[in-house]
Amino acid sequence: MTALPNSTDKKLGLVIDLDTCVGCHACVISCKEWNTSNYGAPLSDMDAYGAEPDGTFLNRVHTFEAKAPEKPAQIVHFPKSCLHCEDAPCVTVCPTGASYKRTEDGIVLVNEADCMGCGLCAWACPYGAREMDKAEGVMKKCTLCVDRIYNENIPEEDRVPSCVKTCPAGARHFGDFADPESNVSILSAARGGIALMEDQGTKPVNRYLPPRPKADVTGTSQIDIPNPFLEPTPQKAGGFLGWLDNALEKI
Amino acid sequence: MAPSAQPTLDTSPQVSDEIRQTTCYMCACRCGINVHMKDGKVKYIEGNKDHPVNKGVLCAKGSAGIMQHYSPARLQAPMKRVGERGAGEFETISWEEAFEIATGLLAPIRENAPEKLAFFTGRDQSQSMTGWWAQAYGTPNYAAHGGFCSVNMATAGIYTMGGAFWEFGAPDWERAKLFMIFGVAEDHDSNPIKMGMGRLKERGAKIIGVNPIRTGYNAIADEWVGITPGTDGLFILALIHELLKAGKIDLEYLQRYTNAPYLVNSDPKSPEFGLFLRDKNDKPLVLNRKTGKPVAFDKPNVKADMAGTYKLKGISHRPVFQILAEKYLTDAHAPEAVAEQTGISAERIKRIAVELAHVAFEEEITIDQPWTDWKGEKHDKMIGRPVAFHAMRGISAHSNGFQTCRALHLLQILLGSVEVPGGFRFKPTYPKPVEAHPKPHCKVTPGAPLNGPHLGYVRGPEDLCLADDGSAVRIDKAFTWENPMSAHGLMHMVISNAHAGDPYKIDTLFMYMANMSWNSSMNSTKVMDMLTDKDANGNYVIPNIIYSDAYSSEMVAFADLILPDTTYLERHDCISLLDRPICEADALADSIRWPVVEPDRDVRCFQSVLIELGARLGLPGMVNEDGSAKFEDYADYIQNHERRPGVGPLAGFRGKDGKGKGRGEPNPNQIQAYIDNGGFWIDHIPKEAAFFKPWNKAYQDWAVERGIYDAPQPYLFQLYVEPLRKFQLAAEGHGDIQPPDRLREQIKATMDPLPIWYKPFEENIVDLEEFPLHALTQRPAAMYHSWGSQNAWLRQIHGTNPLYVSGDIFAEHGFSDGDWAWLTSRHGKIKVPVVKMDALNAKTVWTWNAIGKRSGAWALDEKAPEAQKGFLLNHLISELLPPKEDGMRWSNSDPITGQAAWFDLRVKIERADAGDQTAQPHTKPQKSPVGRGPKNISYGEEF
Repeated sequence: MTALPNSTDKKLGLVIDLDTCVGCHACVISCKEWNTSNYGAPLSDMDAYGAEPDGTFLNRVHTFEAKAPEKPAQIVHFPKSCLHCEDAPCVTVCPTGASYKRTEDGIVLVNEADCMGCGLCAWACPYGAREMDKAEGVMKKCTLCVDRIYNENIPEEDRVPSCVKTCPAGARHFGDFADPESNVSILSAARGGIALMEDQGTKPVNRYLPPRPKADVTGTSQIDIPNPFLEPTPQKAGGFLGWLDNALEKI
Repeated sequence: MAPSAQPTLDTSPQVSDEIRQTTCYMCACRCGINVHMKDGKVKYIEGNKDHPVNKGVLCAKGSAGIMQHYSPARLQAPMKRVGERGAGEFETISWEEAFEIATGLLAPIRENAPEKLAFFTGRDQSQSMTGWWAQAYGTPNYAAHGGFCSVNMATAGIYTMGGAFWEFGAPDWERAKLFMIFGVAEDHDSNPIKMGMGRLKERGAKIIGVNPIRTGYNAIADEWVGITPGTDGLFILALIHELLKAGKIDLEYLQRYTNAPYLVNSDPKSPEFGLFLRDKNDKPLVLNRKTGKPVAFDKPNVKADMAGTYKLKGISHRPVFQILAEKYLTDAHAPEAVAEQTGISAERIKRIAVELAHVAFEEEITIDQPWTDWKGEKHDKMIGRPVAFHAMRGISAHSNGFQTCRALHLLQILLGSVEVPGGFRFKPTYPKPVEAHPKPHCKVTPGAPLNGPHLGYVRGPEDLCLADDGSAVRIDKAFTWENPMSAHGLMHMVISNAHAGDPYKIDTLFMYMANMSWNSSMNSTKVMDMLTDKDANGNYVIPNIIYSDAYSSEMVAFADLILPDTTYLERHDCISLLDRPICEADALADSIRWPVVEPDRDVRCFQSVLIELGARLGLPGMVNEDGSAKFEDYADYIQNHERRPGVGPLAGFRGKDGKGKGRGEPNPNQIQAYIDNGGFWIDHIPKEAAFFKPWNKAYQDWAVERGIYDAPQPYLFQLYVEPLRKFQLAAEGHGDIQPPDRLREQIKATMDPLPIWYKPFEENIVDLEEFPLHALTQRPAAMYHSWGSQNAWLRQIHGTNPLYVSGDIFAEHGFSDGDWAWLTSRHGKIKVPVVKMDALNAKTVWTWNAIGKRSGAWALDEKAPEAQKGFLLNHLISELLPPKEDGMRWSNSDPITGQAAWFDLRVKIERADAGDQTAQPHTKPQKSPVGRGPKNISYGEEF
């Protein structure tokens, strides 16, 4: 068993806006691309050009469909990666101490040198956020790009996880949840950020912003219109052409 | 273990040795990328923050560029076919031998009958260069892929308002308050749209998505209109009906900036019925409201009338606007009349019209920026109507697509929301009216160049490409009565027509970067037959096929000579203002590619090969007076070619001093200047010139300075498109140039000078009870046509493509996910796996485009899911409609532009036995000239 820190100085994590995510997978591949050649072992692809390609990804997008009776169905794209839980069961279950939560920023990492690939942590994670790399036999997971966010070889404004930097729709945000004034804390508070599967008691750090209610499902529009119908042009004075003549006179 | 045991990490590793900035080519978006190089290899690709297109972001395809660059499917060297066509058996040859074979074919054709060469290019975006080459060669048979892509959108936009969506313009993302997006899958202009929609969401603007399928952009839209395919025009014209009825239109805008006041001959007996009344200088006339007299449309300080009758020599003339209002105010366009067909309730259509009107007119925005219009009239501010629209192939790839795109532009213009703050804005080099575009040219002279550019915009029947006997001059029958405004050609008809020898036989088919034996053709199975068909003497019916591709695609197997291209990271390119620009609404911009990695194979950039081929053939412009090659390669051409004096492929850093913008002598260091500037060049439009561009004097003057035009080109939007009427008039029997009788009714019915809706042709042909469903494809955001499957990362996202079936149909047939079904059209039958999806128009089934692969292609295992379960709808779509009573078969295209009507398809669905779990038809495997990809990869372990 491995101990979790009592507290961390920062709580770094992501806000993922499900109202804006179009499910384009940009974050999935940017993550793969960065992390296959930086922290730890590469993210392998078994049978890469074959019948059953099976690669390691630290972030995947799932698509769900929801349909209420008599309403149009909705689709929600749901990007999923490690949520860097405060009470991370993947850490406490680790028999070798390879899984750990950093005291300075709360990032949950795997020290691959100590990982024996037993897979207990993946079993313990209720989110399915860890993947065993089949080539290396070590457990891989989101590092929040720990080798980017402090990296002095990268321009300061780019020191964010690769998935956040690349997201075309701007649906991903990175910051410190320990700071109530941070971008992520403010955004999450304003939009009712959700902690995923809170009942699991894992205290995830990442937050998901729920989709805003859809006009075609709720029957309401956010455009505030006092008069819900267009009135026809006055028909008395010569109908449409009469109206036109009057209107042109005013130009 | 205690937390104190936490290891020390190096959190500042060196990312790379060097960053090289170039332009992405994982799709046609053309984003700027930073390619991180380590030990001479590509380590990481990210978006370029300074780049005007993507401002630092990058999509899945862009980030997967590493896997594309190192793809095992890359061709290795020139090859000549040694087996039968289609088998994929090749022998490697030298470039010298390849050039000898190619010139051995092309030189005699040029001397004797240049039209016997059909040269068609795909998604390469170097059309200004390939077109120039084809013109110098002298064949009339040249075009690129626009005919099977979105020519309806481009042509409807140019004829109506001098520009269209995507490259031509963009919504004003920063100011729009209501955004409607029609028929856009997640592929086109993908990063700018995603960025823009993200901005709209941040600002709380409302997004309405109109699409039978609720994926991607439509999934995040605040409101989804799951319209019945092919009925967008009906829906749009009903919105127009509502707005007109309520007078919620921008009359002043229409009066000033459109041809709404033009007087139209309204006498059905007149040979000029439907044409504009013109003065002796050929200027259209409008009625002066003050005097009641006609005056030239461009006379300053005239308030033109928009209704009324003007009689001249007994002939009545009425303004366009009055004709238009009468047309759309009829009950046939009322929401109630179209609700059932469109699948959108009348209440909903009315409510959307209310929202459009409300935002356009009650939430008007104003920018305090004085400007002067083309007539010299001064305006103290810029008034905006913050309703923006965007549309793409979903509305255009129908046989009624041209008129549907026109209808959408009419809606935009009636709301006064084009080229105003908050609306739709042109990106330079647009706006550009029809008058500023060339006409098509097709005069062939053996041994000499064609008489002008191939593609253009016809003004009337006199501009068609017809031989003296009325037959088509072009192999694709572009610019004929069958599709007079086919401004991008009809690449999808080339193989079929060449095989049929209709209008004539060709000798050599030369293609680049278009997978025409597979996903880029309708009727793929038959196309493969045509490519391999032999005559009675045992010779191939299409005698010679030369093909250039970078990868082992399905089309490679059918070529006789392969000219292997480089990857996008190994080549020079220019994303030129002469072609499809990357400009922003506020800026002029272009960019380059350059070899950030040198090829490690015996391959060459296709455009360099064309230039050498041109020099070997002695083509004008490609050789010096002594016969030596004028350009060393494509890079040399990019830097030194001048299209007009001082105007060349790249607009930036021109002149010896590198300071020229748009104009200037060639600069010998121009490409280096681009590299030093991040791979692109940008020049911002002055604020005074930023809106109202077609009519803004400051913009027009700036555009001339920058070489976009040589003289100001102000123009009015054409609500009423007179060239369309000229074709109708001919069909009615007027004029010397007459259509064949069999086409008269079609021309009369479809080439209406005001937008109309008619049923997609397929619906008149098939029994709709037998084929009750619409079948569509969409490109996924993470794949670009057939290229993606060779990409080890992307194929893990889209390795198969089930047929998505709506819940009702799924239940009706008792399907479960993973079951198999037969999908049948009037033309063919395929067996496919099915998956349930409710967020879908109930009468529609769909799948992702171009995931299905032929076994043996793309260096994939023959058992790859793409080749086993993956499938194409293309097998169900015929490039020809069934024979008419007279035995003639017409192309399955829009009758105005020739755009492939992919989305007219009607099908029926039935349960199928799972059997061997393989999609049908299953094409015999092709041999791979590049072997198979490696089993397992761990990219990055070397770093």
